[in-house]
Amino acid sequence: MEQILFGLTTIIVGVFGCAAWFWGTNFLLDAALPARGPNAARNITRAGLIRPWLFLGPALLALGLYLVYPVFESIWRSLHDSAGENWVGLSNYTWLFSDPKFQESILNNLVWLLVVPSLSTFFGLIAAQVTDRIRWGNLAKSLIFMPMAISFVGAGVIWKFVYDFRAEGRDQIGLLNAIVQALGGDPQTWLSIPFWNNFFLMAVLIWIQTGFAMVILSAALRGIPEETVEAAILDGANPWQLFFRIKVPQIWGTIAVVWTTITITVLKVFDIVFVMTNGQWGSQVLANFMYDWMFRGTPDYGRGSAIAIVIMALVTPIMVWNIRNARREMQ
Amino acid sequence: MENIAGTKARLTWAVNLAALLLVIVWTVPTLGLLVSSFRDKDQIAATGWWQAAFPSTQSDFFRAGTAADQKQEGDLWVIAGNAFEPGQVISAWGTTSKAPDALKPGDVADLKDGQKLTVAADGAYRLTSPTQFEEGRGMRIFFTSTQPPKFTTDNYVKVIGAEGLGRAFLNTMTVTIPATLIPILIAAFAAYALAWMDFPGRSLIIAGIVGLLVVPLQLALIPLLKFHNDIGLGKSYLGIWLAHTGFGLPLAIYLLRSYMTGLPREIIESARVDGATEFHIFRKIILPLSFPALASFAIFQFLWVWNDLLVATVFLGNRPDQLVMTGVLRELLGSKGGDWEILAASAFISIAVPLIVFFSMQKYLVRGLLAGSVKGG
Repeated sequence: MEQILFGLTTIIVGVFGCAAWFWGTNFLLDAALPARGPNAARNITRAGLIRPWLFLGPALLALGLYLVYPVFESIWRSLHDSAGENWVGLSNYTWLFSDPKFQESILNNLVWLLVVPSLSTFFGLIAAQVTDRIRWGNLAKSLIFMPMAISFVGAGVIWKFVYDFRAEGRDQIGLLNAIVQALGGDPQTWLSIPFWNNFFLMAVLIWIQTGFAMVILSAALRGIPEETVEAAILDGANPWQLFFRIKVPQIWGTIAVVWTTITITVLKVFDIVFVMTNGQWGSQVLANFMYDWMFRGTPDYGRGSAIAIVIMALVTPIMVWNIRNARREMQ
Repeated sequence: MENIAGTKARLTWAVNLAALLLVIVWTVPTLGLLVSSFRDKDQIAATGWWQAAFPSTQSDFFRAGTAADQKQEGDLWVIAGNAFEPGQVISAWGTTSKAPDALKPGDVADLKDGQKLTVAADGAYRLTSPTQFEEGRGMRIFFTSTQPPKFTTDNYVKVIGAEGLGRAFLNTMTVTIPATLIPILIAAFAAYALAWMDFPGRSLIIAGIVGLLVVPLQLALIPLLKFHNDIGLGKSYLGIWLAHTGFGLPLAIYLLRSYMTGLPREIIESARVDGATEFHIFRKIILPLSFPALASFAIFQFLWVWNDLLVATVFLGNRPDQLVMTGVLRELLGSKGGDWEILAASAFISIAVPLIVFFSMQKYLVRGLLAGSVKGG
């Protein structure tokens, strides 16, 4: 009860506080530089110079503090020892690149980077194409899109149940083992088979991301000019040629956007590994590895930050590409 | 012509089939957990959820009564009883773990020293002996029984109370609602300035925000935790609201700015000519017109904050009364990894609200995705 009151109070204080800032500063600005009287023209120009910064102020402050400053702070920390007191140069990084767990993480992340974006985009493309052509397409879209609303932890529980293992000969309650056993195979503890368990974890993310890819790609497919499709049909293209030779090449731009967006999600993937294997049995990834060094046992902020910087470095090319695209669009 | 028509019909079939297959693969895992969350605990462990509608077979043993329970009937000493619930039916039983299903209900087993045992289909057993029983421990009776399908809401009642999920639900709400509302307000003003005001450095700021969209928030954890500790916020709701606000802002500003730029120029300029102040234009014209974009972002941010585990773990702490639902779920996965009835019910409580939001506001979510598909995670 107390907590609800506390929450409500903060919502009111927060929202009204923000509103008061915007309204108050604008009021003051208008009062100080009125858009009338002898100096109206000069006042309008001056107010026009100041006002954008009043509107932007809180946002820039929050962005600066919560996203820009941490980047530099992390770089600084990655060059210091665990407590952040002594300068250690690059030794955190040299330790990192010789650490077997780090090598495992980065190899796994590379496999994730190859598999998850490509399969999500592939399934998304197929789902977009087939759901656009059937009568119950909207329902099908909703259902394929649904995992997007489920948390990674929730998805972890859902899939752990699918992968559940019972000793051979007993009734399997995990769907995958039940299927394997029905087909005459031996049940497996899927999540502890080194290397292959990565793929069972990836399946979870693919399951979540396919809906996203489908929604975006479906919009792109519908935006393809009718004439190109009609011309291809008249020239005798079969459905496969129509799809892969005519439609897909026209939506490469969108495919690239979907691909990079999922790539970024993959680089940050944490919850799935954290709750399903916690990086055991050779399934470690960078984000979970970083969490280990930052918050488990004796935290080492220097090493943790060095891992964070590696993740940042992997994201940077996509960031640059996005910025260049955005600038091109604005012009 | 006939040939083409034939291919078309077959193609339609193939397309429908492919769609059906995809839908099945994408929904069955969730369905499995949903069904399990309503099943009886023992049945979950005994049979797969796809058999939930059928009677389940269970193999186990129970112990007969001890010497203390015996009664004398004529020249026989008898231990009798029934360890079963009504409705449970035995299909086979046995007296050793090597042959747990050697006998049928009603059969009589001859044991050592002239003792006899019989078990009826409803689980009633009768152990007789010509001499007095002396064992302090009841003998084991193995059985294979079938139970009618049993559905229950007990699992939900249990997790909401005993496993602390009710409390966690409240915590999640407390985190999510302010963390959704505050960034919207801040971002709307910033987006308006970036869309409709002309000032030096504007395009630089826009580029910066596009860049910040992809900054991994992992980077921010330690610096911000230190910062919160230094200014005395520590691990608190205020801290997590601020953190989510900061992390959500780039997407909010980006989405809202793209939308606002697309609003008709004439409306805004004529309002300016009429002498409306910028604040007035924003409040009376821009804000109402931008409702779809505001809704899109609100849904995004809501889902993201509700589903987040990492930020909550780091900024809110891990005491039982501080945990949000994803946190509880994670703890349960660790401590009750095999208790699927608890996990399934907990998982469904935690994903119910996002699913409701998702299905009722899908339109806005899709619109937002289409406008802002550059951010990951």
